[in-house]
Amino acid sequence: MKEKQVVIIGGGPAGLAAAVQLFEEGIRDILIIEREASLGGILRQCIHDGFGLTRFKETLSGPEYAQRFIDEVQKRGIDYLTDTTVIDISSDRIVTASSVQGISQYRAGAVVLSMGCRERTRHALSIPGTRPSGVYTAGMAQAYVNLHNVMPGKEVVILGSGDIGLIMARRMTLEGAQVLGVFEIRPYPSGLPRNIEQCLNDYSIPLHLSHTVVDIHGSSRLKGVTVAKVNERCEPIAKTEVMYPCDTLILSVGLIPENELSLAAGVALDQRTKGALVDEDYQTSVDGIFAAGNVLQVHDLVDFVSLESERLARSVARYVGRLKKKKPAGIPVETGPLLGYVVPQQIFGEKDLVLSMRVRRPLEDCTIELAADGKCVKKVRMKKALPAEMIQIPVDAELVKGAEKVEVNVIC
Amino acid sequence: MLKEMTCIMCPAGCVLEVDTAGGGIVVTGSRCPKGNDYAVQEITNPMRNIATSVLVKGGGLPLVSVRLNQVIEKGRIFAVMDEIKKVTLTAPVHIGDVILTNVAGTGSDVIATKNIEKC
Repeated sequence: MKEKQVVIIGGGPAGLAAAVQLFEEGIRDILIIEREASLGGILRQCIHDGFGLTRFKETLSGPEYAQRFIDEVQKRGIDYLTDTTVIDISSDRIVTASSVQGISQYRAGAVVLSMGCRERTRHALSIPGTRPSGVYTAGMAQAYVNLHNVMPGKEVVILGSGDIGLIMARRMTLEGAQVLGVFEIRPYPSGLPRNIEQCLNDYSIPLHLSHTVVDIHGSSRLKGVTVAKVNERCEPIAKTEVMYPCDTLILSVGLIPENELSLAAGVALDQRTKGALVDEDYQTSVDGIFAAGNVLQVHDLVDFVSLESERLARSVARYVGRLKKKKPAGIPVETGPLLGYVVPQQIFGEKDLVLSMRVRRPLEDCTIELAADGKCVKKVRMKKALPAEMIQIPVDAELVKGAEKVEVNVIC
Repeated sequence: MLKEMTCIMCPAGCVLEVDTAGGGIVVTGSRCPKGNDYAVQEITNPMRNIATSVLVKGGGLPLVSVRLNQVIEKGRIFAVMDEIKKVTLTAPVHIGDVILTNVAGTGSDVIATKNIEKC
């Protein structure tokens, strides 16, 4: 078994940014383990532009954004393995990986979880009907078109208005497919407003809110889908069914942090985010195991993934670089009813930090209030707040230091 | 005429109100100057970037991703796509390589956004 100061699981944007920042903090004994043939993660297939506006103040495509970090990793000579899959992490930080060379094991001083997320599938929604080919998740369709030069189909219906679905509506249209419409079960879109504008409106692709797919037709290949309106409880309304003949159904119905390895290590998850419970150091419930990026909470923007991973790296560098001291007592961070979640879920009041959160439904003219032991210590006015847009609020340590409980609320 | 639009210059997605009643263009609701420029551009002559792929022979992937180095008129998108589709490259191709100059007479160049090494 080899010793490593830090092992990073996953060479996507989160893992790459963590590696570079760890190096900058003086840590040299780093290993990134990536299961694909090259570094870059999901950005390799996200060829559209709009990445990097926050981080680099310019608009880049996904592959260009990833390459900037890959170049930084290579320039510093940081070790990485590709075509190597981590199959287990133990609670005492022994990382087991598999590749064509066989099984290898590392005893890690600290482990960074940066495995990203997975797409929800047809099975997660339990859509009735037959099981023909032609039903894809949006990311799968994106990989076919942008990496493998394969068109998934010609006449397309998209279920769900997540950003990747919207991006694929435009991409398929540019490649000559006909996108018949995007159907969203909620009364508001789940993707960013700019993607509704430039991916749907620009190409006159209709968006049907409060609609869902209730049946799938076809034997070997998809022949069509039946769509229906839904009521306020998201239940299909009888007699509103419309059949759309099509050969392709693309699902853009949500992302779930990929936490099988975290669970194996005994990491406690938050039922709301489906990611790990972390403290202000991004440390999970297991000593020396840290998490950032989409494996922690699903982000809208890669820029925020990079920034979160850089904050994580500073904590990891402190963790491996000092004598282990006992963790201070944590202050739980709780949320009011209008918020879906908050990350981190526990803080110490030792350093300035960023709280990330999402509202449960679209809100206008609201105030985010941070209270320490029931006393309001910070207010942020918001003209509008959407579930599609993560809210990030910087918090000075002195505001919460010594508190027993911190609560974030939205006041409307 | 009062028109509402979503600014697409960055992910903040400001909701802009554009008033063209007085013959001029008055924009409100933008959190930064880019929003005003976007609204004026959008009313007079909307511009977009596009991203697509070009075939590559002899590389690790069959495609290299590309984008335009500057925005083009929205109405020219499919004309530009037609020109890009005619191209086949041979590996290696690197980020920033110019693949077509002044594509379809738009004044914009098509540039590679991925490194495809020979293999």
